[in-house]
Amino acid sequence: MSGRDRVYFVLCLLLIIGVGIFQSWNVALTMINFALISAILSLGLNIQWGFGGLFNVGIMGFVALGGLAVVVVSAPPVEEAWRAGGWRVLSALFVAVLAIGGSLFVWKRWRPKKYGAVSLVVFLTMAFVLYRFLFDPAVLAIEKVNPALSGFLGGFNLPVLLAWPVGGLLAAAAAMMIGHIALGLRSDYLAIATLAIAEVLVAILKHEEWLTRGVKNVTGLPRPVPYEVDLQQSIWFQEWASQLGIDGIEASSLTVKLCYMVLLIIVLALIFTLCQRALNSPWGRMMRAIRDNERAASVMGKDVKRRHLQIFVLGSAVFGIAGAMMTTLDGQFIPSSYQPLRFTFLIWIMVIVGGSGNNWGAVLGGLLIWFLWIQVEPIGLATIDFLTKPLHPTSPLRVHLIDSAAHMRYVMMGLFLLLVLRFRPQGLIPER
Amino acid sequence: MLDAAIVLANFVVIPALSYGSLLALGALGVTLVYAVLRFANFAHGDTMSVATMMAIYCTWWLQSLGIDFIRPLPTALLAIPFAALGTVGLLLVIDRLVYRHYRQAKAPPITLVIVSVGVMLILHGLSRMIIGVDEQRFFDGGRFIVSAGEFKEWSGLKEGLAIKSTQVIAIVSAVTLMAYLFYFLQRTRTGKAMRAFADNEELALLSGIRPQKIVTSCWILVAVLAAVSGTVYGLDKVYKPFTYFQLLLPIFAAAVVGGMGSPVGAILGGYLIAFSEIGLTYAFKRVAGHLLPPSWVPDGLLQLISTDYKFAVSFTILVAVLLLRPTGLFRGQAS
Amino acid sequence: MNLLTATNLSGGYGEVDILHNLSLTVERGKIAVIVGPNGAGKSTVMRALLGLIELRSGQIIFEGQDITQKFPQERVILGISMVPQTRNIFVTLTVEENLEIGAYLHDEPISVAMEEVFSLFPILAKRRNQMAGQLSGGQRQQLALARALMMSPKLLLLDEPTAGLSPVVIDEVMERIKQIVAAGVAVVMVEQNAHKALEIADIGYVLVQGRNRFTGTGSELLSDPDVRVSFLGG
Ligand SMILES: Nc1ncnc2c1ncn2[C@@H]1O[C@H](COP(=O)(O)OP(=O)(O)OP(=O)(O)O)[C@@H](O)[C@H]1O
Ligand SMILES: [Mg+2]
Repeated sequence: MSGRDRVYFVLCLLLIIGVGIFQSWNVALTMINFALISAILSLGLNIQWGFGGLFNVGIMGFVALGGLAVVVVSAPPVEEAWRAGGWRVLSALFVAVLAIGGSLFVWKRWRPKKYGAVSLVVFLTMAFVLYRFLFDPAVLAIEKVNPALSGFLGGFNLPVLLAWPVGGLLAAAAAMMIGHIALGLRSDYLAIATLAIAEVLVAILKHEEWLTRGVKNVTGLPRPVPYEVDLQQSIWFQEWASQLGIDGIEASSLTVKLCYMVLLIIVLALIFTLCQRALNSPWGRMMRAIRDNERAASVMGKDVKRRHLQIFVLGSAVFGIAGAMMTTLDGQFIPSSYQPLRFTFLIWIMVIVGGSGNNWGAVLGGLLIWFLWIQVEPIGLATIDFLTKPLHPTSPLRVHLIDSAAHMRYVMMGLFLLLVLRFRPQGLIPER
Repeated sequence: MLDAAIVLANFVVIPALSYGSLLALGALGVTLVYAVLRFANFAHGDTMSVATMMAIYCTWWLQSLGIDFIRPLPTALLAIPFAALGTVGLLLVIDRLVYRHYRQAKAPPITLVIVSVGVMLILHGLSRMIIGVDEQRFFDGGRFIVSAGEFKEWSGLKEGLAIKSTQVIAIVSAVTLMAYLFYFLQRTRTGKAMRAFADNEELALLSGIRPQKIVTSCWILVAVLAAVSGTVYGLDKVYKPFTYFQLLLPIFAAAVVGGMGSPVGAILGGYLIAFSEIGLTYAFKRVAGHLLPPSWVPDGLLQLISTDYKFAVSFTILVAVLLLRPTGLFRGQAS
Repeated sequence: MNLLTATNLSGGYGEVDILHNLSLTVERGKIAVIVGPNGAGKSTVMRALLGLIELRSGQIIFEGQDITQKFPQERVILGISMVPQTRNIFVTLTVEENLEIGAYLHDEPISVAMEEVFSLFPILAKRRNQMAGQLSGGQRQQLALARALMMSPKLLLLDEPTAGLSPVVIDEVMERIKQIVAAGVAVVMVEQNAHKALEIADIGYVLVQGRNRFTGTGSELLSDPDVRVSFLGG
């Protein structure tokens, strides 16, 4: 890290301290926590784009899978739902996997001749009917079980921290399949394909209520850190807070956030170290060589597609971990909150502004862009408020402008992206 | 029998035709940019959105002037030319300020895709800031050309056929625009030069074709396509910035399925996507009810896929096409 | 007087120069041939003459006028046409449309030029409404030549017009080129078939690593022992 790079990070820190002083420490800590997760996401994308030159715009899908992992791992199981149709749903899915996998296998292995295509279609149709026969009533039964509170299968009631690696594994498994399909396409086709696949993944999470409760959301997920109420009621905490001279409620919420922060920093440091090692290893150098000249690399006997699959899976695993962390932090799983603007394109801006191909740059981008994403709104609001002071408070123009300030962040993010691409295409901290 | 056909026409064929027309126009916009400027334009959905926003303001302005000589057609049709002009201006300014630099620097296509993401964010933010995130309805004029009740009375059938005027407007305007576009590409000097440029840029340069002229005409066409398709979609459904951003995906699907860079492919892709989206998610029970003896009609809805997955259908087709035949059904430019 | 005089050209695609102080000339109604090993920069010279790459130094005079700073389309209007080595036709356009694009900068009606070209390449007249992508290799080269002739150029730059063709077709294409030269058009031609090309060359250039190595009339080069050993295979 050069001196100038340090200045960037110090600046970030000052910005956040500024928020702590001028807004509140609670806001500042929340922001830090999400900024840390952004930095992890940004590292994941840096693996894919910075190291490998893969244009993945399906980040959202992997983040959502990480979120699903939290539900599946940590939510308490709904026994009644399992009795109502749990096994039937699982057998339906088993049939589906068997049918698709089986026909793919047969198709690849024997390439059946004459009536091959016809019998395949007949077979798949029959499998589909069987699947729907098993699936539909089971889903109805599950969703009928106490719909206001559960109506889904629930999870395994395991410690929520376990969901973080599981989220990574889930995302990696999905990436393995997607990579087999989509890698090897030229870059803008890959972009469209990944965008579409992520959209399908989120659609599934949004509508398969037996699994995720869909739009009803899964709330009250367990936490890896203490609850505020418990802290407030414990004697030692009250004493400690009053010694420090902070209000008990405020102190409890700050403590919880600090605990999260420590966890997040540990994970970030871990992933960062691994990324840094990987980047400077022979493997990392080879990846960059492939990125810079795919044709030459494949001539030299490197199996480009396999390498690409590796980085695609690794990067997506990081997205899955970050997604699980985010859902844990939120304490709830909200399928409809997964929007490509927020979970895919914002991450891209982080990596490009920060500096693709440089892990420090990716982290910086994650922290800085998250800060701006959150702060553009109040800053814009204050500016508009100041500029339109001369107008009457109810003047339609003033009201409209103040309303519109909330949406300024999209314009600002677009502008950042374009300005950086134009005037500093290698990002704030360039690759070296 | 006839009743079954009417139900099918009413709930599948006509909606799919009008939706398909709009997807086709959108896909044409994407495919033209891909052919001439050689990148997948992520900003197209939001270009349509901004164009529609212009048309909406224009419609309100015309309505406030009390201009209504085109009744029973909606006032918005009068606003389209203004919106198209505004969009042409917008796209040319964006090209000058943003894209031209990368073109001259011979940047790789992927850089342009990322740049178009930046443009997308700005346009998206602008439409949210200016008109807001809420739904806007700007339709006026007659709702139906044929209403279900009238049709039943006239034909004596049990099922009614309802044709919304906006559906007809969508189909007619799309067909007109496509016809003009093909005339332009096949018959005019500039159109041929544009095809030549798309086919082989360097040879076009050697033949004395000026790239800037081709690029400018391309943006003009794209702007007109965006203004017409955006406005007509807004008339038929509803205008909301986020919906238009989401339209990007089925539009991409249509363009890729048809073969990026191929105008004919874009059109067929648009209808293919629309028919599969609507066909696969339609509950065929009512059709079966007219075709089969009552005892044979199954209990289920006879719906292949739940409507929740409407969007997912097009993406699945998209992915399947990419997997099996990346150049699309009509051999676009895959390299 | 020389139709085209290029002196001391240096330049390339990026930082590194491909061409180093390279000079060449061609007279009206004459044919100049460039030969040299792969990667010598032959195609690069042609692109430089048409202004497709920026030169770092050097000067190009055409008909007594300095055209070094002119854009490609201005050079096309002045009467320079080029047939590139690869991708030299529009495969998704019909034969006729290819020719129309060839005459894109013509203001007058192009039917006369088109008929002239068709009389030189009768096979193209037969296939005028066919997609150029469906033509055979020899027909494609003829179409490429025809497209370049549509502007009635004074100077024609041909980059390996016979590459990948069978011997019979090569002779046919060479024959056409001779006809074109006979009609008063100057030709600069890059050729792999060095023997055949130098036989019909009025002046020949041997290029190595972007530099002039040998220059002389076609027969001088053919009889020069150094050239024979190094570049003509003995
Ligand atoms: N578009 C380009 N960008 C960068 N370098 C290039 C480009 N085209 C060619 N070169 C390089 O310029 C040098 C000369 O290439 P050029 O095509 O002029 O050779 P040539 O003599 O025509 O070879 P050939 O006989 O194979 O056609 C080569 O080293 C080549 O790698
Ligand atoms: Mg060459």
